[in-house]
Amino acid sequence: MSVKTLVIDGKAVTGRAGETIFNVAWENGVRIPRLCHVGGLSDVGACRLCLVEIEGQRKLAAACLTPVEEGMVVHTSSERLKEHRRLILELLLAERNHVCAVCVMNGACELQDLAAELGVDHVRLRYRFPKLGVDTSHERFGQDQNRCILCTRCVRVCDEVEGAHTKDVFGRGSGSLIINDMGGPWGESDTCTSCGKCVQVCPTGALFSKGKSVAEMRKDRGFLKYIVTAREKREWIR
Amino acid sequence: MPPDASKPTATVKDNREKMLERAMSRHHYSGDALIEVLHAAQELYGFLSIPLLQSIARKLRLPPSRVLGVATFYHFFSLAPKGEHFFQVCTGTACYVAGAQSLLDVLERRCCKSGGTSPDGKVSVQSARCIGSCGLAPAVIYDGKILARLTPEQLNAELDRIGVK
Ligand code: SF4
Ligand code: SF4
Ligand code: FES
Ligand code: FES
Repeated sequence: MSVKTLVIDGKAVTGRAGETIFNVAWENGVRIPRLCHVGGLSDVGACRLCLVEIEGQRKLAAACLTPVEEGMVVHTSSERLKEHRRLILELLLAERNHVCAVCVMNGACELQDLAAELGVDHVRLRYRFPKLGVDTSHERFGQDQNRCILCTRCVRVCDEVEGAHTKDVFGRGSGSLIINDMGGPWGESDTCTSCGKCVQVCPTGALFSKGKSVAEMRKDRGFLKYIVTAREKREWIR
Repeated sequence: MPPDASKPTATVKDNREKMLERAMSRHHYSGDALIEVLHAAQELYGFLSIPLLQSIARKLRLPPSRVLGVATFYHFFSLAPKGEHFFQVCTGTACYVAGAQSLLDVLERRCCKSGGTSPDGKVSVQSARCIGSCGLAPAVIYDGKILARLTPEQLNAELDRIGVK
């Protein structure tokens, strides 16, 4: 397999042909921010937080979708990139209702963590405060569209790993919603196997286990690597 | 519908299902043809109801959420007629020859342009290509029921009845 040599943030690194900048960076300890990427699922480039600069290219590239190339020089955390990321986070925060103080994921939310990490202490945009639905019809899980950032992790894990394809995206743009089957209540879905994978990969409090109160919900994505490695390599590594 | 209110229009055979089936079989019921099939369905029914999408999902062997997702992604598709009442005038060859245009003229004059909804939200109007009921030409689908051999007089009378000025 051919190997590519490149420079990421001043560090000479190598990656396999076809591997993304995102993965090669992480393997080498450069943690590019992300919200839609999650190891083991396909990438869709929905959040744009992983934008990086590639020398010689005017446009910024989504690291999770861009394969490494020989001789590339990549910058992942310039001031310009940080400013873009802050704006993206502010847009996400303003788009729906992220009132962390009353959220089950408070303290373990990937959106909240990234905002803290990038120093988003206030939002310069006007909050839209949409009044979206909360679906608690499922016996074990709940879905709060108000906290959804439309990363589609849940859609992909349900389709690619569980194989049920219960969830998908309804509509387009900022008004999109994550639906179950024909848009009916989650609890009435006849494709959902109640496996809980979508809940575990959701980066925010949009999908949660019932019975958790504020700041009690914690998620575990470890299962994904286990299942995906087992499926691809027939190795069951815990 | 006056003056033929007693005529059991609802029992007129609705061939749209068969037409849609044909469109799907033309694409060998392939899931990749979802958009084409949705086009055909919207063309036939004027909008995509949830039960209609359910049956398309089943026939194309696709997950329901994907079908609804695609149907709501494109502005071209609509899930419900916008107006309180919905007239779909068949302008296929047989219906056209039998006078579909004069029916469409009535609707466009009194309600709105084809493809639109009257300003008061009362009536949506659409034209369709052959709906598979050529024997009934000119055919109009009115709130889901086929009206056979409709005349402009009958149409005007019905518009009066539902309070269109
Ligand atoms: S619980 Fe499992 S099957 Fe149900 S929607 Fe979530 S991932 Fe899909
Ligand atoms: S429900 Fe969660 S995982 Fe699904 S799109 Fe929304 S934020 Fe992402
Ligand atoms: S992680 Fe690359 S676009 Fe979201
Ligand atoms: S042309 Fe109108 S039904 Fe065939």
